[in-house]
Amino acid sequence: MAVLLIAEHNNKELRPFTLNAATAASQIDSEVHAVIIGNDSAEASKQLSELPVIKKVLSVEAPHYENFTAENFAPVVVKLAENYSHIICSANTFGKNLMPRIAAHLDTSQVSDIIKVISSDTFIRPIYAGNAFATVKSNDAKKCVTIRPTSFEPCESSGGSAPIEKIDAGEEFSNTKFIKREEIKSDRPELGTARIVVSGGRGMQSGDNFKLITEIADKLGAAIGASRAAVDAGYISNDHQVGQTGKVVVPDLYIAVGISGAIQHLAGMKESKVIVAINKDGEAPIFSVADYGLEADLFEALPQFMEELNKLNTIQK
Amino acid sequence: MKILVAVKRVIDYNVQIRVKEDGTGVVTDNVKMSTNPPDDNAIEEAVKIKETGKATEVVAITVGEEKAQETVRKALAVGADRGIHVKADGILEPLAVSKILQKVVEKEKPDLVFMGKQAIDDDCNQTGQMLSALLNWPQATFASKIDVKDNKLEVTREIDEGLETIEINVPAIVTCDLRLNEPRYASLPNIMKAKKKPIEEISASDLGVDTSPRVEQIKVEEPPKRKAGIKVANVAELVQKLKNEAKVI
Repeated sequence: MAVLLIAEHNNKELRPFTLNAATAASQIDSEVHAVIIGNDSAEASKQLSELPVIKKVLSVEAPHYENFTAENFAPVVVKLAENYSHIICSANTFGKNLMPRIAAHLDTSQVSDIIKVISSDTFIRPIYAGNAFATVKSNDAKKCVTIRPTSFEPCESSGGSAPIEKIDAGEEFSNTKFIKREEIKSDRPELGTARIVVSGGRGMQSGDNFKLITEIADKLGAAIGASRAAVDAGYISNDHQVGQTGKVVVPDLYIAVGISGAIQHLAGMKESKVIVAINKDGEAPIFSVADYGLEADLFEALPQFMEELNKLNTIQK
Repeated sequence: MKILVAVKRVIDYNVQIRVKEDGTGVVTDNVKMSTNPPDDNAIEEAVKIKETGKATEVVAITVGEEKAQETVRKALAVGADRGIHVKADGILEPLAVSKILQKVVEKEKPDLVFMGKQAIDDDCNQTGQMLSALLNWPQATFASKIDVKDNKLEVTREIDEGLETIEINVPAIVTCDLRLNEPRYASLPNIMKAKKKPIEEISASDLGVDTSPRVEQIKVEEPPKRKAGIKVANVAELVQKLKNEAKVI
C-alpha cells in the first residue's frame, strides 16, 4: 500500500519542510501520495505535484481549511487513510498538532519525530531531549509517523508532474474558531533551514542587546536563534527558540552567545556541523559540544567579531 | 467549571540521562523524579482560574505505577482539590493514556482538561491531541495564554511562525507551554494539608483499557558523541578558524 504525506503550506506555497517529509515518505515506500488541505490553495497543489517523489496529489479545498485547524483537517485524512499503510507529516507545530488527532481516530500508536527510517515499520527517534536514541518497531497495521525535518534532506522540487485529484471537503468543526495569527516577518533566512544560526541567551541581558547579534547575523546571512531563557525574559519572540520544546536546527554553523547550554537547549542544536560558543563562564556546559569555544565577555567579543568579519574579503552566503 | 489536570512523573529535567548498558532503556534507579515541567504549568493555570472564581474544582490525575502518585500529591499541595491515580505498570503509550483519560472524563465530566504539551521523557507530544480526538472536543495545543470567557476560552498558541489565537467552546482540551505561567512552590502548611486531601485509586484494567504497547522498543542507545573541540584565545583566531579551518564563513 502507498504512503500518504500530509503537505504543509500557507495556501499560497508549500512550506519548505514538506520537501523533507516527502524524502522520509519515499524512504518508507516508493509509492508516495500527498494530500493538501487548504483554501484557494491551487498554486501550492501545483508545487506539490511537481515534486518528483510524489505520484499523486489529493487536493481538498474549503473556506474552513484556511487556517489549518486540526479539528477540520483530521477527519479528511482519516477518511483517506484506508488506502494507505502510512500517514507521514513533519514534526513541527503543524504536524505535532495534527497527527495525534488522526492517529487516535485510527486507533494507532503514533511514532513521533523520527530521525531515521530503518524499514517500513522500524524507525529511530530521539528521546529524553536527544540524550538517547530509541529504535522502535510499530506493530499497528496503519502507521502514523512524524519526521524530524532537519534529519532528512529536502527532495527535488521540480521535474515531477503528478496528477491532481480533487476530493470532497468534510464538514466544519464548529467548536474551534480561528481568531488571528501573528507572524513575525523577516528578510532573514528561516531558522529551521538557515545555513548559519546566531543565537543569544540569558547572557544578552536585554532585548536591545540582541542588536549585537542581529548585526552579525545580517553580515553572515544567518538566522537568529535564542535559548528559552532569552525568550522567557522577553528579549526576543518565541519563534526564535531553539531547543527541546522549540525548534531543532542543524545548520553548518551555530554560534551560541551567552548561552550556558542547558540539556534542553543542546537538544535543539547539537547536531549542527560546526558549533561556536562564546561565554564568559569557562565551565558552561555549552563548551562541551563546541568545536570552537571562546571564553570572553560577549559585550567585548561581539563588536570585535563584527570588526573581524568586516576585515574579510569575502563571506560565504 | 471543573478542570481536570493530567500530570506525569518523569526523570527530573536537571538529571543527566544515562543509557543502560544492555540497551533496554535509560537508568531510572536512584534517579531524581519530578512532575513533567509543562504539567506544572497546567496545574498552575487551573489553580489560577479557580482563584479568579471561574472554576469550582481542580482535579489532578496521573496514570502510572505506585510512585506516580507523588505527582498528584504535589498538585494537591499547590492547590488542586482532589486527586485520581489510575494504576498501570510498564511502558504506557500516549494512546493508552488518552483512552484511560477518556474513561475518566466520561465519569468526572470536567469542562476542561489541561496537561503539558509534551512529556520530557518520551518527547511524544500526543496525549492531549489524542484525548480531544477520542472525545471529539476542541483542542488548543501549545498554549502560552488562556482567557476564560463564558463557556469559551481564548487561547494564544505558540506555533513555528509566531503566535496564533483561537477561540474554543468548552468542553475542551488545552495543552500547556512552559511560558503559560510561573508555577508556584508549595508552602509547608499546604504540603501538610495536601496529605489530607483525597486521592481516588483506580486500576487501568478496571476501566477496561488495554495498555499493552503497540510500538516495540527494540533498543535504546547513546547518541553519537561530538568530538571535543578547542578553546580559541581571541576573536581574531576564532574568525580565522571559521574561515580557513572549518570553512563555514
